[in-house]
Amino acid sequence: MKKNVRIVINGAEHRAEVEPRLLLVHFLREVAGLTGTHIGCETSLCGACTVLLDGMAVKSCTVLAVQADGRSITTIEGLAASENLHPIQEAFWEEHGLQCGYCTPGMILCAHDLLQQNASPSEQEIRDGIGGNLCRCTGYQHIVNAVKAASRKMNQRQRAAARAAD
Amino acid sequence: MRAFEYTSPTTRQQAVELLAGSWDQSAVLAGGTDLLSLMKDDVVAPKRVVNIKDIRELHGVRFGPRGMQIGALTSLGELADHPLVRQHYPAFGDAVVEAASQQIRNMATLGGNICQRPRCWYFRSGFGLTPKTPEGKSLVEEGDNRYHAILGNDGAALFVSPSSIVPAMIAYGARIRIAGPKGAREVALEKFFVIPRTESEREHDLRPNEIVTDVFLPPPAAGRYAHYEVRQKESFDWPLVLAAVALQMNGNTVRSAKVVMGYVAPVPWVSEEAAQALVGKTVTEQTAQAAGEAAVSQAKPLSRNRYKVQLARVAVKRAILQAAQGKAEGGAA
Repeated sequence: MKKNVRIVINGAEHRAEVEPRLLLVHFLREVAGLTGTHIGCETSLCGACTVLLDGMAVKSCTVLAVQADGRSITTIEGLAASENLHPIQEAFWEEHGLQCGYCTPGMILCAHDLLQQNASPSEQEIRDGIGGNLCRCTGYQHIVNAVKAASRKMNQRQRAAARAAD
Repeated sequence: MRAFEYTSPTTRQQAVELLAGSWDQSAVLAGGTDLLSLMKDDVVAPKRVVNIKDIRELHGVRFGPRGMQIGALTSLGELADHPLVRQHYPAFGDAVVEAASQQIRNMATLGGNICQRPRCWYFRSGFGLTPKTPEGKSLVEEGDNRYHAILGNDGAALFVSPSSIVPAMIAYGARIRIAGPKGAREVALEKFFVIPRTESEREHDLRPNEIVTDVFLPPPAAGRYAHYEVRQKESFDWPLVLAAVALQMNGNTVRSAKVVMGYVAPVPWVSEEAAQALVGKTVTEQTAQAAGEAAVSQAKPLSRNRYKVQLARVAVKRAILQAAQGKAEGGAA
């Protein structure tokens, strides 16, 4: 028996009638047409499908679309507020935090969750924070560098915004 | 994944009424991190899935005369980030943080962690809890048993109990409340787990129409606690063996001890032998070693898991030494 769901994705409301067994990642890609969220292992190991559910990083291959009913999702397409990249995206670009790019959307959204909770994580905290995301190309070092750089950028911009408000 | 009917009750009463009296008819969905995996692999195929996440009263952490009461739907992420959890129940807090990556901690619930099904690859491949060849031989004994039980393995069940948090909870004396059609009941967490003898039994004392609703950790007696995991890699992984220890001290000597091992038996394994080896002693390298020896004195490894005996011995020893050194010291709440 199908269910009606209403899911806000990157600020836009999506309504659809779905089978309860439809996974959130398939809803995002096939119903909403947002293919930036990648499907990797589909067993919640690799983290490629990470999105933000009400701001918290989750693996969208192990969430049903009906579990996200009434809630809000941020995918990689919705991370940057404007035409400019988000500071985490800039940092991944500048620090060579990606090679093939398959893990990148999940890495960036997982880093976003980490930096929301801990604005200046240590190297070990970054490594723990991205422990649920696999990358087969980079050897992780450039990803760790990118998250550090993103942290610096975000802290600087926050200080600049605070000064501007004074 | 097979099709199913999906319901989202908002009270525990409604939830219990929606659950059927047999396991194949209905399943409880909380965070879904285990259930969805089982359903994708067709290990379980419930006709109805009852999402209990909308039952508000089952969320959150409260402190009271009974100690800490945790709603079964509280996520591991909330517990990991809760300042009082780590302050008063440090070994439990360590176990929660170590249990899974951020994304899984955000979804997974404490109740779900307790009720998760075994990770045994024969079970996950659809061969059941007591897997057998067509001739009736144990698939585990005949096959790849490198991660299987070294204790409590006299019967047909040779998987290991899957939770890495439950042993620490047992060390703190946890109890759980269960809601069912006849009302609520409460059991010591230690007694909740049972070794199934046949395929018709489960690894826990939960009936198909019951839900774990609350977890109680008693006010921590001024004692010393530790949780020690042995894993194949540093990042998130199932432990090969773990030990959780609670020591009540009388000056420098151990007045009473609780030593709980994980991943060694089909249930969380409480070692009376190890506890007895510690009582009346001061904790030294030698007494901790002796307790480790005692913990595995009854071990009967299978063909490919003899290494786990040594890991268990060392995990118990190190957990005891860490507890004694006050790495994770519990204060009175």
